[in-house]
Formats: sequence, C-alpha cells, structure tokens
Amino acid sequence: MYAQMIKSEATKEDPEMLAAFQARIDAGEKIEPKDWMPEGYRKTLIRQIGQHAHSEIVGQLPEGNWITRAPTLERKANLLAKVQDEAGHGLYLYCAAETLGVSRDELTEMLLDGRMKYSSIFNYPTLTWADMGAVGWLVDGAAIMNQVPLQRTSYGPYARAMVRICKEESFHQRQGFHVMMAMVKGTKDQKRMAQDALNRFWYPALMMFGPSDKDSVHSAQNMAWKIKMNTNDELRQKFVDETVPQAEYLGLTVPDDTLNWNEETGHYNFAEPDWSEFFDVVKGNGPCNTDRINTRQKAWDAGKWVREAMVAHAEKKRARDSRSVRP
Amino acid sequence: MSQLFEFLLRQGDNALVLGHRMSEWCGVAPALEEDIALANTALDLIGQTQLWLGYAAEVEAAGRTANDLAFRRDAYDFRNMLMVEVPNEDFGRTLMQQFCFDAFQVPWLTALTASSDTRVAEIATKSVKEAAYHLDRSAKTVIALGDGTAESNARMQTALDYLWPYTGEIFADDATDQAMAKAGVAPLPSSLKETWQKTIVQTLSAADLTQPDSTFAHSGGRSGMRHTEHLGHMLATMQVLQRSYPSAVW
Ligand SMILES: [Fe+2]
Ligand SMILES: [Fe+2]
Ligand SMILES: [Fe+2]
Repeated sequence: MYAQMIKSEATKEDPEMLAAFQARIDAGEKIEPKDWMPEGYRKTLIRQIGQHAHSEIVGQLPEGNWITRAPTLERKANLLAKVQDEAGHGLYLYCAAETLGVSRDELTEMLLDGRMKYSSIFNYPTLTWADMGAVGWLVDGAAIMNQVPLQRTSYGPYARAMVRICKEESFHQRQGFHVMMAMVKGTKDQKRMAQDALNRFWYPALMMFGPSDKDSVHSAQNMAWKIKMNTNDELRQKFVDETVPQAEYLGLTVPDDTLNWNEETGHYNFAEPDWSEFFDVVKGNGPCNTDRINTRQKAWDAGKWVREAMVAHAEKKRARDSRSVRP
Repeated sequence: MSQLFEFLLRQGDNALVLGHRMSEWCGVAPALEEDIALANTALDLIGQTQLWLGYAAEVEAAGRTANDLAFRRDAYDFRNMLMVEVPNEDFGRTLMQQFCFDAFQVPWLTALTASSDTRVAEIATKSVKEAAYHLDRSAKTVIALGDGTAESNARMQTALDYLWPYTGEIFADDATDQAMAKAGVAPLPSSLKETWQKTIVQTLSAADLTQPDSTFAHSGGRSGMRHTEHLGHMLATMQVLQRSYPSAVW
C-alpha cells in the first residue's frame, strides 16, 4: 500500500455533528468536497491522499531508471507507458487532495522538505532488468490489494480516483508478471536475475502494508471513517496467499524458509519482514531515500523557470485578449 | 546497402533517437503535465520506430529485426540527423529541438502519404497525425516559453542558437534523396525548406525570438559519416542489455 502508518488527526467538534457525519458514512454515503466534515477527517485524508500521490511520483524513479536501458522496443514502450500511467495517478490524486483545500505545489514542498512521506518501497534500488518484472508483479500487486477496497472509501473524489487507478494497476501487475515470465524462460543469467529480484523485493513488498496495526487507535478511527478499509495484517496475508502460487508457477523460490501452507487456517504461514529495517527506511535511512528526494528536488528546481514562464505567458495572454476585445 | 533501406533507416533512426531523448525526461520534467506529454511524444516516436525499422529489416532481407537494427548497430551505422541526438541540457532545448523537428516532420510525412511505395505511404499516414499533434504542442510551448519571462526568453534563444547550425542538415539533399525522389518514394528534403521556414518564422515571431543569421550547417548524421560524440553514449546506455546478453530473449 502506498499510504503507510497514517495517523488520524484529533478532532474536537460538536458531538452531534460528528455523530451525524458518522451516520452518513455508516449508511454508505459518499462525502463530497462541499459537505461538512470533521477537521480530523479532512487532515487525515490530506495526509493519506498526499502520501499516495507522492508515492506515484517518486515511484516513477525506480522504474524510470530502466527506461533508457529497456532491452527491446516493445519493452521500452511498455515501461514508458507504465511510468507515464503512474504520473497520471499522481495527477488524479493531487487533484483529489486539492478538493480538500491544499494545492499541489504546497504538497510538493512538503514532500521535498520531509514533512510528508511516500511509500517505503520506492527507497529500494532497481538493479537489473528483472527488477522491472518484480516491481510490476510485487509492488503494483501489493498496491492493488490496498487500492481495490479504497474504491469504496467514504471520500467521493478519492474513491473515484481509485476506480480509474485500479484498472491501470492490475494491467501493470500483469505486465510485470510477463517480464518475469520471459526472464525465467530465458538464459541462466536471466533466471539468476529473476531470482535475485524476488530475493531483494519480497520483504520490502511485505513491508508496504505497514506494521501490524491491530492495536492502533488511529487505525480504528480511520476504519470507522472508511479511510482505511482493512487492517495491514489482513492485506499482507491476502498478498502472500495470492503471490506464493505465482512464484511457484514462475519456478522461483520465495526467500522465506518458514513459508508453508496452513491447512487449518487456509492461509500461508510466513515470516514477518525485519521491522527495524522498515523503521530505518521510514526515518530516511533506506538505500535510496536521499537520492530519491535529491532527484525530485533537482527536477523541481530545474523546472522552476518553466513553471514561472507558463504562468507569465498565460497572464500576458489574458491581458492581451482582454485589451483586444475592448471596443 | 540499398537506397530504400538507407532511406528507411533515416526515418527510423530519427524517431528512435529523438524518442530516446524525450524518454529521458520521464519522472523529472518541470511539471506533471509536461512529464506526461513528453512520455506521450516518446511513445509515439518509439511506435513509429517499430514501423520504420520493421520495414527496413524486411527490405534488407538479411534476417535482422527492428530490434536488431535498434540495439545491435553501432553509431556509424545510424542514419539520424544530428539535431535529434544532442543532449537535453534543459527543457528549453528539448522543446526547441522537438519543434524544429516537428516543423519539418509534418510536411515531410504529409508528402510521404502519397509515396509510390505503399508501405511508406501507410506508415506516413499513421505517423502524420501524431506529428501534427506534436507540432501543435511544441510550437505552443516554444511560444509560451519565449513569451513568458526574461529568463525563459533568454533560455529559449540560447537553445535556438545552439540548435540552429544543426537544422541545415535536414535539407541537404544527397544521392539517397535523389534516388528516392526519382522513384517517387519521397520528395527532395530541400523542396520542403520553404514550408519549414514559414512555420519557423511564424512561431519565432510569436515567441519573441530571433532567428540566427548564420547559414552554416553541420552535417554527417544522415550519411553516418560523422555523428556527434553524444550518440555513442546514448547507444551505450540503450544497447547495454542486448550487447551484454546477446543470446537472451527479453
Ligand atoms: Fe500507480
Ligand atoms: Fe497507486
Ligand atoms: Fe502502477
């Protein structure tokens, strides 16, 4: 999931208004931008949608890393189209966040100065072409687990953005799986790259769902507001249950000695990721945190003159047009 | 090498090399809308590459594919014009480069829709719609950035001054061009110079930019005689997997 550890913001509004608001959510109504909403609901959503949007944008980088090295024209076009979709997802999500009263530029500044985060997964490097398979298969795959239920989230603009996004994410997941298939059917080197990619991305993919949240107060509030639809553990289990057979089909070994099918529960038993590594990454100490933000900062700074020129041109044009229509 | 093969390589290599340059912006463009638009352009150009190089491979009939032509030739076998291989430097140069190319590509592909070679005509018919869209966008962006601020105007003028000596190569007819014209496959590039020039003048004047006086023209890309140093680096990146793992199927 692209939104990890979203705390719910404290709300101190009139209890009657709050109760009426909760009743609307319980009745399955969508909350729209002009509707009354608790301050905490609005702030929590900004944080969650913003983090999701940032994840799409920073998420362009690990795959963008291979666009110029894609091995065939077809793969190059597919990868480019995929990364372009992610930019589009970022755009829909920033638009959804803007309905809550925060601008895209404000959100971008918050990403760059560290006040807002993006998913921990994008702080891992992509080192071989097989990573383009692993990222699509595992990372988009994990994102789907979280985003499919979010199509039913209580905030209308967010739910509608999710509907558009989910269609493309499942396409990405299949595309990633096909890259993996070509690799495992290929030469010894290609098989080695495929296994290596799974080894490196398995645990970071499990971390995408966030630490176990069954005891979290925030989680309970966010679930009541239908901002969060499932617990982290539920989604992680679902991901493992769906992904392990796919790994078997590919002839790859999931890097977990403890992995086994549990007849009683009807689920796989699996090893938890190393949560101390997760917290290191979240704190900024992942393999790529600094490079990712530096890349975004550099692009933002280098693009400043373009953004300013576009605004200046639009203003000049408006002024010219209004002069010319005057009699 | 047959003249038709040579001609097709020129079309395919222009699209491939410029498409590659555009794709380098993915994830780092000045704004999300520009990021998406540049990726769109790159995708169109890669699609056109597949068509041109696919046909080139058929004409060559030596068992090579479009991918072999893209990923297994060295710089001296590339036939793109020099203008499309220069590095991005900044967003202004990229857009100016795209614009100077599009301003030629639209009349060029329009003429190719009437080619005596039906495959050429088919590819041109499909590509010209994309090129018209690219030109509309690149011309508007050049105007916006030329007109915008003092800084953006200066940057666009710098980009234009840098690229200008590379534009002459587009219209320098050679033996391949003569052969294609004679066979009715394509017009002489020089015959489109006036049309190109008109688009350039109109756009530059709206953009408050000055066309450089110099008529000097670099050459060597379309013939493959002398590419810039930049192409080799692009190919080193682009071809790394095909070169490192020659027996792999991706
Ligand atoms: Fe996405
Ligand atoms: Fe997403
Ligand atoms: Fe995706």
